[in-house]
Amino acid sequence: MAKAARMSELVTGDRTKEAFRRLIVPELPGLYSLARRLVRDGAEDLVQEALLQAYRGFGTLREDAAAGRWLKTILVNVFRDDLRKRTRSVEELPVEEVEGFSLYRTLIEVDPLPYSDTLHQDFLTAFGKEDVREVLLRLPEIYRAPLVLTYMDGFATKEIARMLDVPLGTVLARLHRGRKRFEQEMWAYAEETSLLAGRDDR
Amino acid sequence: MTETQRLIPCSEAVRKLWDYLDNTVSPEDQERVEKHLSFCRTCCGELEFAKELRAFLGSGSAEELPVDVRARLERFVGEL
Repeated sequence: MAKAARMSELVTGDRTKEAFRRLIVPELPGLYSLARRLVRDGAEDLVQEALLQAYRGFGTLREDAAAGRWLKTILVNVFRDDLRKRTRSVEELPVEEVEGFSLYRTLIEVDPLPYSDTLHQDFLTAFGKEDVREVLLRLPEIYRAPLVLTYMDGFATKEIARMLDVPLGTVLARLHRGRKRFEQEMWAYAEETSLLAGRDDR
Repeated sequence: MTETQRLIPCSEAVRKLWDYLDNTVSPEDQERVEKHLSFCRTCCGELEFAKELRAFLGSGSAEELPVDVRARLERFVGEL
Protein backbone atom coordinates (compact mmCIF):
# COMPACT_ATOMS: atom_id res chain seq x y z
CA MET A 1 0.00 0.00 0.00
CA ALA A 2 2.73 2.43 1.05
CA LYS A 3 4.75 1.60 -2.06
CA ALA A 4 1.73 1.97 -4.33
CA ALA A 5 0.90 5.29 -2.73
CA ARG A 6 4.46 6.52 -3.25
CA MET A 7 4.37 5.43 -6.90
CA SER A 8 1.12 7.27 -7.54
CA GLU A 9 2.59 10.39 -5.95
CA LEU A 10 5.63 10.15 -8.22
CA VAL A 11 3.66 9.74 -11.41
CA THR A 12 2.80 13.12 -12.88
CA GLY A 13 0.57 13.87 -15.81
CA ASP A 14 -2.44 12.54 -17.61
CA ARG A 15 -2.35 8.75 -18.26
CA THR A 16 -5.26 8.46 -20.67
CA LYS A 17 -5.11 6.97 -24.15
CA GLU A 18 -5.21 10.45 -25.65
CA ALA A 19 -2.31 11.54 -23.42
CA PHE A 20 -0.37 8.46 -24.59
CA ARG A 21 -0.95 9.36 -28.23
CA ARG A 22 0.04 12.99 -27.63
CA LEU A 23 3.28 12.00 -25.89
CA ILE A 24 4.23 9.21 -28.29
CA VAL A 25 3.72 10.76 -31.71
CA PRO A 26 6.60 13.30 -31.44
CA GLU A 27 8.90 10.46 -30.31
CA LEU A 28 8.20 8.21 -33.31
CA PRO A 29 11.10 9.46 -35.54
CA GLY A 30 13.66 8.92 -32.76
CA LEU A 31 12.22 5.53 -31.92
CA TYR A 32 12.16 4.39 -35.54
CA SER A 33 15.74 5.66 -36.10
CA LEU A 34 16.96 3.66 -33.11
CA ALA A 35 15.14 0.55 -34.34
CA ARG A 36 16.68 0.91 -37.82
CA ARG A 37 20.15 1.11 -36.32
CA LEU A 38 19.57 -2.00 -34.24
CA VAL A 39 17.98 -4.28 -36.85
CA ARG A 40 18.31 -4.67 -40.60
CA ASP A 41 14.72 -5.85 -41.13
CA GLY A 42 11.67 -5.48 -38.96
CA ALA A 43 12.30 -2.01 -37.50
CA GLU A 44 8.62 -1.13 -37.76
CA ASP A 45 7.58 -4.35 -35.99
CA LEU A 46 10.09 -3.57 -33.25
CA VAL A 47 8.60 -0.09 -32.79
CA GLN A 48 5.05 -1.49 -32.73
CA GLU A 49 5.92 -4.07 -30.08
CA ALA A 50 7.61 -1.35 -28.01
CA LEU A 51 4.53 0.89 -28.35
CA LEU A 52 2.27 -1.95 -27.25
CA GLN A 53 4.37 -2.62 -24.16
CA ALA A 54 4.66 1.10 -23.45
CA TYR A 55 0.89 1.49 -23.58
CA ARG A 56 0.42 -1.40 -21.17
CA GLY A 57 2.94 0.14 -18.80
CA PHE A 58 1.98 3.78 -19.34
CA GLY A 59 1.23 4.17 -15.65
CA THR A 60 4.90 3.57 -14.82
CA LEU A 61 6.09 6.64 -16.75
CA ARG A 62 6.91 9.08 -13.99
CA GLU A 63 7.41 12.28 -15.94
CA ASP A 64 6.12 13.24 -19.36
CA ALA A 65 9.47 14.87 -20.15
CA ALA A 66 11.16 11.44 -19.88
CA ALA A 67 8.86 9.83 -22.47
CA GLY A 68 11.55 9.62 -25.19
CA ARG A 69 14.11 7.82 -23.01
CA TRP A 70 11.40 5.64 -21.47
CA LEU A 71 10.20 4.50 -24.90
CA LYS A 72 13.73 3.82 -26.13
CA THR A 73 14.42 1.75 -23.03
CA ILE A 74 11.32 -0.34 -23.71
CA LEU A 75 12.35 -0.76 -27.35
CA VAL A 76 15.82 -1.96 -26.33
CA ASN A 77 14.24 -4.44 -23.91
CA VAL A 78 12.12 -5.85 -26.75
CA PHE A 79 15.22 -6.01 -28.98
CA ARG A 80 17.16 -7.83 -26.23
CA ASP A 81 14.40 -10.38 -25.68
CA ASP A 82 14.11 -11.03 -29.44
CA LEU A 83 17.86 -11.49 -29.66
CA ARG A 84 17.82 -14.00 -26.81
CA LYS A 85 15.09 -16.00 -28.51
CA ARG A 86 16.99 -16.06 -31.81
CA THR A 87 20.49 -16.80 -30.53
CA ARG A 88 21.18 -19.52 -28.03
CA SER A 89 24.80 -18.63 -27.35
CA VAL A 90 26.78 -15.42 -27.54
CA GLU A 91 30.00 -15.50 -29.51
CA GLU A 92 32.49 -12.88 -28.39
CA LEU A 93 35.15 -11.71 -30.83
CA PRO A 94 38.68 -12.68 -29.87
CA VAL A 95 40.43 -9.55 -28.55
CA GLU A 96 43.42 -10.06 -30.84
CA GLU A 97 41.16 -10.01 -33.88
CA VAL A 98 40.23 -6.38 -33.34
CA GLU A 99 43.08 -4.91 -31.31
CA GLY A 100 45.65 -4.77 -34.06
CA PHE A 101 43.68 -2.50 -36.40
CA SER A 102 43.89 1.30 -36.38
CA LEU A 103 41.77 3.21 -38.88
CA TYR A 104 43.79 6.35 -38.16
CA ARG A 105 47.05 4.65 -39.14
CA THR A 106 45.53 2.71 -42.04
CA LEU A 107 44.37 5.99 -43.59
CA ILE A 108 47.85 7.47 -43.26
CA GLU A 109 49.50 4.36 -44.72
CA VAL A 110 47.11 3.82 -47.64
CA ASP A 111 46.37 7.52 -48.18
CA PRO A 112 43.17 7.01 -50.19
CA LEU A 113 42.71 10.78 -50.69
CA PRO A 114 46.24 11.93 -51.61
CA TYR A 115 45.19 15.52 -52.39
CA SER A 116 43.34 15.98 -49.12
CA ASP A 117 44.82 18.19 -46.39
CA THR A 118 42.27 16.84 -43.93
CA LEU A 119 42.37 13.15 -44.79
CA HIS A 120 40.73 11.77 -41.67
CA GLN A 121 37.88 14.31 -41.63
CA ASP A 122 37.26 13.84 -45.35
CA PHE A 123 37.12 10.09 -44.89
CA LEU A 124 34.41 10.45 -42.25
CA THR A 125 32.34 12.96 -44.21
CA ALA A 126 32.24 10.58 -47.19
CA PHE A 127 29.85 8.44 -45.12
CA GLY A 128 26.18 9.37 -45.42
CA LYS A 129 23.52 8.21 -42.94
CA GLU A 130 22.72 5.07 -44.91
CA ASP A 131 26.44 4.22 -45.20
CA VAL A 132 26.82 4.51 -41.42
CA ARG A 133 23.78 2.28 -40.96
CA GLU A 134 25.22 -0.32 -43.34
CA VAL A 135 28.50 -0.34 -41.41
CA LEU A 136 26.66 -0.69 -38.10
CA LEU A 137 24.60 -3.59 -39.46
CA ARG A 138 27.80 -5.45 -40.33
CA LEU A 139 28.64 -5.63 -36.63
CA PRO A 140 27.36 -8.55 -34.55
CA GLU A 141 24.32 -7.35 -32.56
CA ILE A 142 26.02 -7.72 -29.20
CA TYR A 143 28.57 -5.08 -30.28
CA ARG A 144 26.22 -2.94 -32.33
CA ALA A 145 23.74 -2.24 -29.54
CA PRO A 146 26.16 -0.75 -26.97
CA LEU A 147 27.81 1.35 -29.69
CA VAL A 148 24.51 2.77 -30.95
CA LEU A 149 23.12 3.38 -27.47
CA THR A 150 26.28 5.07 -26.18
CA TYR A 151 27.40 7.24 -29.06
CA MET A 152 24.22 7.81 -31.05
CA ASP A 153 21.52 7.86 -28.40
CA GLY A 154 23.53 9.15 -25.45
CA PHE A 155 22.80 6.49 -22.84
CA ALA A 156 25.25 5.96 -19.98
CA THR A 157 27.01 2.60 -19.87
CA LYS A 158 25.32 1.78 -16.52
CA GLU A 159 21.89 2.33 -18.10
CA ILE A 160 22.87 0.15 -21.06
CA ALA A 161 23.97 -2.64 -18.71
CA ARG A 162 20.52 -2.53 -17.09
CA MET A 163 18.69 -2.42 -20.43
CA LEU A 164 20.64 -5.31 -21.93
CA ASP A 165 20.70 -7.17 -18.61
CA VAL A 166 24.45 -7.79 -18.63
CA PRO A 167 27.19 -6.73 -16.18
CA LEU A 168 28.72 -3.27 -16.64
CA GLY A 169 32.12 -4.86 -17.38
CA THR A 170 30.55 -6.78 -20.27
CA VAL A 171 29.11 -3.56 -21.74
CA LEU A 172 32.50 -1.83 -21.47
CA ALA A 173 34.31 -4.78 -23.09
CA ARG A 174 31.75 -5.01 -25.92
CA LEU A 175 31.90 -1.26 -26.44
CA HIS A 176 35.67 -1.50 -26.78
CA ARG A 177 35.49 -4.34 -29.31
CA GLY A 178 32.54 -2.73 -31.07
CA ARG A 179 34.46 0.50 -31.64
CA LYS A 180 37.44 -1.33 -33.10
CA ARG A 181 35.22 -3.53 -35.23
CA PHE A 182 33.31 -0.44 -36.42
CA GLU A 183 36.60 1.15 -37.55
CA GLN A 184 37.55 -2.06 -39.38
CA GLU A 185 34.17 -2.26 -41.08
CA MET A 186 34.22 1.43 -42.06
CA TRP A 187 37.45 0.81 -43.91
CA ALA A 188 36.23 -2.43 -45.50
CA TYR A 189 32.97 -0.75 -46.57
CA ALA A 190 34.79 2.22 -48.10
CA GLU A 191 36.99 -0.14 -50.10
CA GLU A 192 34.19 -2.47 -51.22
CA THR A 193 31.79 0.26 -52.26
CA SER A 194 34.42 2.60 -53.78
CA LEU A 195 32.98 5.23 -51.45
CA LEU A 196 36.00 7.47 -51.87
CA ALA A 197 36.19 7.24 -55.67
CA GLY A 198 35.99 10.64 -57.29
CA ARG A 199 36.22 12.45 -53.93
CA ASP A 200 39.80 13.48 -54.51
CA ASP A 201 39.51 14.97 -58.00
CA ARG A 202 41.03 18.40 -58.24
CA MET B 1 59.72 4.55 -10.74
CA THR B 2 56.17 3.86 -9.50
CA GLU B 3 53.67 1.84 -11.53
CA THR B 4 51.82 5.03 -12.55
CA GLN B 5 55.04 6.66 -13.75
CA ARG B 6 55.78 3.70 -16.02
CA LEU B 7 55.74 4.72 -19.68
CA ILE B 8 53.22 2.75 -21.68
CA PRO B 9 53.73 1.75 -25.33
CA CYS B 10 51.58 3.13 -28.17
CA SER B 11 49.57 -0.11 -28.41
CA GLU B 12 48.47 0.21 -24.79
CA ALA B 13 47.79 3.96 -25.08
CA VAL B 14 45.66 3.46 -28.22
CA ARG B 15 43.76 0.63 -26.55
CA LYS B 16 42.77 3.01 -23.75
CA LEU B 17 42.07 6.15 -25.81
CA TRP B 18 38.30 5.80 -26.21
CA ASP B 19 37.88 4.80 -22.59
CA TYR B 20 40.01 7.82 -21.74
CA LEU B 21 37.66 10.03 -23.79
CA ASP B 22 34.64 8.39 -22.16
CA ASN B 23 36.13 8.95 -18.67
CA THR B 24 35.91 5.25 -17.90
CA VAL B 25 39.62 4.69 -17.19
CA SER B 26 41.04 4.59 -13.68
CA PRO B 27 42.87 7.71 -12.43
CA GLU B 28 46.14 5.75 -12.77
CA ASP B 29 45.42 4.86 -16.41
CA GLN B 30 44.35 8.43 -17.10
CA GLU B 31 47.74 9.63 -15.87
CA ARG B 32 49.56 6.99 -17.93
CA VAL B 33 47.66 7.90 -21.10
CA GLU B 34 48.26 11.62 -20.58
CA LYS B 35 51.93 11.02 -19.97
CA HIS B 36 52.17 8.99 -23.17
CA LEU B 37 50.28 11.66 -25.14
CA SER B 38 52.67 14.33 -23.85
CA PHE B 39 55.48 12.89 -25.92
CA CYS B 40 53.84 10.81 -28.70
CA ARG B 41 52.60 12.81 -31.69
CA THR B 42 51.13 9.79 -33.47
CA CYS B 43 48.94 8.90 -30.51
CA CYS B 44 47.85 12.56 -30.26
CA GLY B 45 46.64 12.11 -33.85
CA GLU B 46 44.86 8.89 -32.82
CA LEU B 47 43.21 10.80 -29.96
CA GLU B 48 42.02 13.61 -32.24
CA PHE B 49 40.62 11.08 -34.72
CA ALA B 50 38.86 9.18 -31.93
CA LYS B 51 37.25 12.50 -30.88
CA GLU B 52 36.18 13.20 -34.47
CA LEU B 53 34.77 9.70 -34.93
CA ARG B 54 32.87 9.98 -31.66
CA ALA B 55 31.41 13.35 -32.65
CA PHE B 56 30.62 11.97 -36.11
CA LEU B 57 28.61 9.10 -34.63
CA GLY B 58 26.78 11.47 -32.30
CA SER B 59 25.92 13.94 -35.06
CA GLY B 60 23.37 11.67 -36.77
CA SER B 61 20.02 13.12 -35.74
CA ALA B 62 16.81 11.11 -35.94
CA GLU B 63 15.94 10.42 -39.54
CA GLU B 64 12.78 11.61 -41.19
CA LEU B 65 9.97 9.14 -40.65
CA PRO B 66 8.71 7.91 -44.05
CA VAL B 67 5.11 9.08 -44.60
CA ASP B 68 3.71 5.54 -44.96
CA VAL B 69 5.51 4.31 -41.81
CA ARG B 70 4.27 7.33 -39.83
CA ALA B 71 0.71 6.71 -41.00
CA ARG B 72 0.86 3.01 -40.03
CA LEU B 73 2.39 3.71 -36.61
CA GLU B 74 -0.08 6.48 -35.81
CA ARG B 75 -2.93 4.18 -36.82
CA PHE B 76 -1.44 1.47 -34.60
CA VAL B 77 -1.31 3.86 -31.63
CA GLY B 78 -4.88 4.94 -32.35
CA GLU B 79 -6.08 1.33 -32.25
CA LEU B 80 -4.41 0.43 -28.95
